[in-house]
Amino acid sequence: MTVILTPTGEHEVAARDGLWMSAVDAERITGWTLKPEGMCLAERCVPLPASAVKDADVDVEAFWRKLGAPVVGSDEGDVWVLGAPADERNAALEGLQAPDFTLPDIDGVQRSLSQLRGKKVFVATWASW
Amino acid sequence: MWQSLYDELKDKGFMVVAVAEESRGAEHARSWIEQAKSTYWQLIDVEHRLGDLYNLVNVPQAIWIDERGTIVRPPETAGSTDHFRRMDLKTRTMSAEDQAARLAARQAYLDAVRAWVNDGKHALATDAARAGLPKVTDEIAEARARFRLGVWLRAHGNAVEGDRQMNIASELHPDSWSMWRQAADLDEVGKASGPDFWKRVQALGDRPYYPPPKL
Repeated sequence: MTVILTPTGEHEVAARDGLWMSAVDAERITGWTLKPEGMCLAERCVPLPASAVKDADVDVEAFWRKLGAPVVGSDEGDVWVLGAPADERNAALEGLQAPDFTLPDIDGVQRSLSQLRGKKVFVATWASW
Repeated sequence: MWQSLYDELKDKGFMVVAVAEESRGAEHARSWIEQAKSTYWQLIDVEHRLGDLYNLVNVPQAIWIDERGTIVRPPETAGSTDHFRRMDLKTRTMSAEDQAARLAARQAYLDAVRAWVNDGKHALATDAARAGLPKVTDEIAEARARFRLGVWLRAHGNAVEGDRQMNIASELHPDSWSMWRQAADLDEVGKASGPDFWKRVQALGDRPYYPPPKL
């Protein structure tokens, strides 16, 4: 199995030759659906080159690059990261709606920024290093 | 670190979320967090997800978010200053003058947070808030992906390759102190503030390590 880290989570997928996988798996990990016009999310479709689709399989690496987003893999090809595209990050920030995040506290309790709607929130980073 | 500010303002619809950019994980951060005895949220961010979402480059950086979830101050240095760059490295001390200036800057920042909560001051209008946002480039986006891969590889016993991915990330995004220092720390605790760190700080020349907030 191949481990794939997407912007929203970590998945295990039966992939081969890089990130070739079934369209079903591609949709499960990315949310995008393979259609005749390309990979689609809601109303938006991204056309794929013929070389990135074969029967019901799709080359997710080629698709992700088509999105203008980074794809990096380990030497063994067993772990991959599908990163967020720069323009998507910029658009989200420029909209000034604070991107939501969910992170655990020290006891593993998951907390989301969106739970604090209605308050003024001061988000500050720190580190031990 | 923010407890007295939080205690003072918590009944005025104010919340503090402290996020540890800490790839060594919760257990590594536990002693600091327990010592702080904070009652606001203390969250652990192993993958530096916040850094990715908000395009952060260092700690401490803060973002101010209003009641509607709108960013009213983009990421900026949260109370720290560059005075440390002039400290005596042998004795690890700062001059009395620098110590005073450092405290004053920190106090001014805390006062600004107070003024925001009490009177809505320092919240930026849309255009000004946008103008303060650092742009994410393709190089930065790739650096984030490689950093995340590096954290994963290290956590799964592949330190050599993890370290290599993190080094590439730092080359792609040399302005990120968080990536560089986290990678150094994962290599060896203490390395993030060792001789290589000071070399990098010196290489900044006239550029700030902690750009002062434009309050």
